[in-house]
Amino acid sequence: MNQPLGNRLSGLLRRWGRFLVGLPPYAWLVLFFLVPFLIVFKISLSEMQAAIPPYKPLLAWAEDGVLQLRLNLGNYRYLLTDDLYAVAYLNSLKIAAISTVGCLLIGYPMAYTIARAPKGNRNALLMLVVLPFWTSFLIRVYAWMGILKSEGLLNAFLLWTGVINEPLQILETDLAVYIGIVYSYLPFMVLPLYATLEKMDLSLLEAAADLGCRPFRAFLAVTLPLSLPGVIAGSMLVFIPAVGEFVIPDLLGGPDTLMIGKVLWAEFFDNRDWPVASAVAVAMLVVLVAPIMVFQRYQSKAVDS
Amino acid sequence: MKNRALILYGLLALGYAFLYLPIVLLVTYSFNASRLVTVWGGFSTRWYGELVADQKVLDAAWLSLKVAVTSATAATLLGTLAAVMLVRFGRFRGRTLFTGLITAPLVMPEVITGLAMLLLFVAMEQSIGWPAGRSMLTIILAHVTFCLSFVTVVVQSRLAQMDLSLEEAAMDLGARPLKVFLVITLPIIAPALAAGWLLAFTLSIDDVVISAFVTGPGATTLPIVVFSKVRLGVSPEINALATVVVAVVSIGIAVAGRLAHRRERERQDSQRLAAEQG
Repeated sequence: MNQPLGNRLSGLLRRWGRFLVGLPPYAWLVLFFLVPFLIVFKISLSEMQAAIPPYKPLLAWAEDGVLQLRLNLGNYRYLLTDDLYAVAYLNSLKIAAISTVGCLLIGYPMAYTIARAPKGNRNALLMLVVLPFWTSFLIRVYAWMGILKSEGLLNAFLLWTGVINEPLQILETDLAVYIGIVYSYLPFMVLPLYATLEKMDLSLLEAAADLGCRPFRAFLAVTLPLSLPGVIAGSMLVFIPAVGEFVIPDLLGGPDTLMIGKVLWAEFFDNRDWPVASAVAVAMLVVLVAPIMVFQRYQSKAVDS
Repeated sequence: MKNRALILYGLLALGYAFLYLPIVLLVTYSFNASRLVTVWGGFSTRWYGELVADQKVLDAAWLSLKVAVTSATAATLLGTLAAVMLVRFGRFRGRTLFTGLITAPLVMPEVITGLAMLLLFVAMEQSIGWPAGRSMLTIILAHVTFCLSFVTVVVQSRLAQMDLSLEEAAMDLGARPLKVFLVITLPIIAPALAAGWLLAFTLSIDDVVISAFVTGPGATTLPIVVFSKVRLGVSPEINALATVVVAVVSIGIAVAGRLAHRRERERQDSQRLAAEQG
């Protein structure tokens, strides 16, 4: 008689304990991460007005005492009619995609070499990749301004070697944005790649060699497919934030480097048009939902294994 | 075979050069007497003098430090709870949503997060009057939110690797779950908590975009000051600031490396001792 009651009590206590552990982070994220997105969506349907805050409420008491719901799709229509937005979207996707490929081309050989280095050296070599990340991102982007500008170090070096006769315009072009993104996001590509390459069973390569497979073919047939989860995780870690990147195109790009993050920033800070800025954010999220879900799947798989 | 290794290590070295060259150049030019990057005007610490005399930079640095310490501490507390929940609670109602809320901030473009948080603060102020206006408080709330996910991921992987038999042994000896967590689990995952805290601190003290959205008058963080200076062009004072940051980070990493090394050696020593006695 006493035993089941005790069991039930301890079960109840355990459930309460779990509830108390889970509540703070869950409630925090719902309030400060989920709810804000709903508000963004709400305000994207609102109209701008010259007041504080600078948007009209969706729900309002009309003069005759009826609660009125005003939904306004004008902001989205505006995004569709003005070419600027479509161009900025496509350009952001293009720049993010090319930068992701750039990170992959530089990051894969690095991760591969570190994963195949003697065991005692791997952590130190990996640490060297992560180290720059601990210094300021802003300052590292700024460093490239001094290197890339027309009277900067790269041009001075190229002029000195005689490769070019007059300075190249690199800063304030898309090329500078590519360099900036690849440089800033490289560690995010190398880390997941290293994690999958390091876990790989090397006896598979021996088996391939025993069967007469040349090293390069074995790489294509065995190593590359096995490292695909790392490739995807790394690519998502670079691609998704790069689409909405603001600081890099603002500092390294030119006035005609259109990226959606810059457009959102300008709508918000320069035009003070919160509803249009919100509509831009919603439209960006629609594009990014699929990549974010892919990333989520690989991320939870990586943690579970 | 030998050639292949040579090529691979060559590529690795090039990668490191790409990563470190800009930083080395910044540090070098912070000691340049000339204002121009391409002209070497002789060794000088002039820009450090200007940096130390710049009250705006100093105030902003102090504010950033306060924000980063508070945000990192809160994010570590919440992130550890979230990690325990994800690793130890198995299936629970709302788990899918929760993992989504943890992973999405890792990749969410900062302009979206920043805008969303600001609109939340404005809506909250309108409806419940808190937080009143935009200030250091709103920056901290925003920073805790995006740092929390990073701490969770770091602690989660450590917790998942942990040997459960130690906890089970304590439980068998009659310890209550809370005591087991405090006496057994916490010391084992402590390095991950430290790493998570440092990561959160770094992310917070470095953030410019989210802070720019949620800040208000009187709450200017260091990255916001740096960003407004840098937007106007290259300035030697920022080179000096960058060098200070690099120096602090290098010292921090050297100390952390030494501590980890010593810990590892002590662990090996005690293992050997135990083996000899057994």
